[in-house]
Amino acid sequence: MVEFKHKTPLIDQLETGPWTSFVSDIKREHESRMENPKGIDYQFNQECCDDLLGVLELSYDHGRTHWKHGGIVGVFGYGGGVIGRYCDQPEMFPGVAHFHTMRVNQPMGHYYKTDYLEQLMDLWERRGSGLTNMHGATGDIIFLGTSTPQLEEVFYELTHNINQDLGGSGSNLRTPSDCMGQSMCEYACYDTQEFCYNMTMEYQDELHRPAFPYKFKFKFDGCPNCCVAAIARSDLSFIGTWRDDIRIDQKAVKAYVGGELKPNAGAHAGRDWGAFDIQKEVIGLCPTECMSWDGSKLEINTPECTRCMHCINVMPRALRVGLDTGCSVLAGAKAPILDGAQMGTLIVPFIKVEEPYDEIKEKVVEPIWDWWMEEGKNRERLGELIKRQGMQKLLEVTNFKAVPQMIKEPRSNPYVFWKEDEVPGGWKRDINEFRKHHQR
Amino acid sequence: MDEEATKTLIVETLKKKKGKSKFYLKDFYKMVPDEKPRAVKNLVNQMVQEETLEYWSSGSTTLIGLKGVGKQAAADGED
Repeated sequence: MVEFKHKTPLIDQLETGPWTSFVSDIKREHESRMENPKGIDYQFNQECCDDLLGVLELSYDHGRTHWKHGGIVGVFGYGGGVIGRYCDQPEMFPGVAHFHTMRVNQPMGHYYKTDYLEQLMDLWERRGSGLTNMHGATGDIIFLGTSTPQLEEVFYELTHNINQDLGGSGSNLRTPSDCMGQSMCEYACYDTQEFCYNMTMEYQDELHRPAFPYKFKFKFDGCPNCCVAAIARSDLSFIGTWRDDIRIDQKAVKAYVGGELKPNAGAHAGRDWGAFDIQKEVIGLCPTECMSWDGSKLEINTPECTRCMHCINVMPRALRVGLDTGCSVLAGAKAPILDGAQMGTLIVPFIKVEEPYDEIKEKVVEPIWDWWMEEGKNRERLGELIKRQGMQKLLEVTNFKAVPQMIKEPRSNPYVFWKEDEVPGGWKRDINEFRKHHQR
Repeated sequence: MDEEATKTLIVETLKKKKGKSKFYLKDFYKMVPDEKPRAVKNLVNQMVQEETLEYWSSGSTTLIGLKGVGKQAAADGED
């Protein structure tokens, strides 16, 4: 029976719910590290998982964090991929006194073979905490917790033995992220994996060395279903689309209407929703009212279609994306921090996505970067610069012609923030009281 | 201005700074106003490679300063 140094009654409650718990996962890793059945020559503190649970318990008890973040840690020549993490109670929790995060550039579309995962885990158990986040919000493989001396060792083994690079962090291009695209999905309008890989390799310098006023993200969605949520999360979103007609198989439409085919490929079959009603569930929900159904023929007025994907998602056997495919480019999406969350604004309604992608690189990406590098303030995202200097300025620097699709509305902000008077003590704190519990 | 003179100018400017020891990349553009931002970026990154400067990253933002100077370096026992 493996012993735990720290009693953790508060976080133990997280194991009592119906879901798998990260607390249980960390405990399992602690047990594994202490028993060490594989005889691993641990290069990082063997009791780190126990201390990690201890510091989390203390944070629950105090209602505030005991982590400091940021630092000069990194690997030689890279200005990103490593995020320094330090505990502000190192004597109490020596195993996590230094507990740096490493971002590993995920394989495109998150495809890997089992032996690759085993290699990653063997490395991380030996040289880190053994704990990972698969995958972080950025899409990267996140290695959680190691010491400064292990960073170069991990990097060497990653690059030399596993043919794997670090991802982006800081004021760099962040690790480009994509959906599985044409490898699995019939909706994909371009090869997201090839494009994402190409852009990752093209912009290695921007990915590994700080070049910008703040972070910059590319994300690649194969169709407007936006499975990687490029439209909401990336400074430049590449969203697959088409400019000809949706392909209609009228026979299959009738099969849906007649009940022979299940709508949404049976995804909502867990409950009886009644007979499929094409008028109510498809025609009536078309946001631009560009569809009609006369009982025997479905028609779509393509110039009015906004590629919302609803009709295709409901009747995938009857409706297919067009054949003249490419992508739309949207700019300026971001999460809050300054000025609230923003969705991307359409800047290129349609562009072909063809190797070597020079048109996109030279006419879209690089002029926007040049403008942002010159005019962007410190910690100002592209979306904020567009807001500050205006869409017209963006059009000037890119030489894009204004088109009606570059609409500003509808927009929505899904974040609700606390107000100062809703938080005990407001935003002010007693620094002397704080220092009793948190070392400098 | 040639590359070596620009590097010297950057180091001298940083040495004269009081209080702060880490700076945004944009602050370096101001030190060499006649150069394009991309050229300054490349030079600053080269100076990091040569270990004259070093990065400091919060995770979301990167700052740059003279190697070994500042509180973080002392706190880590790395100076």
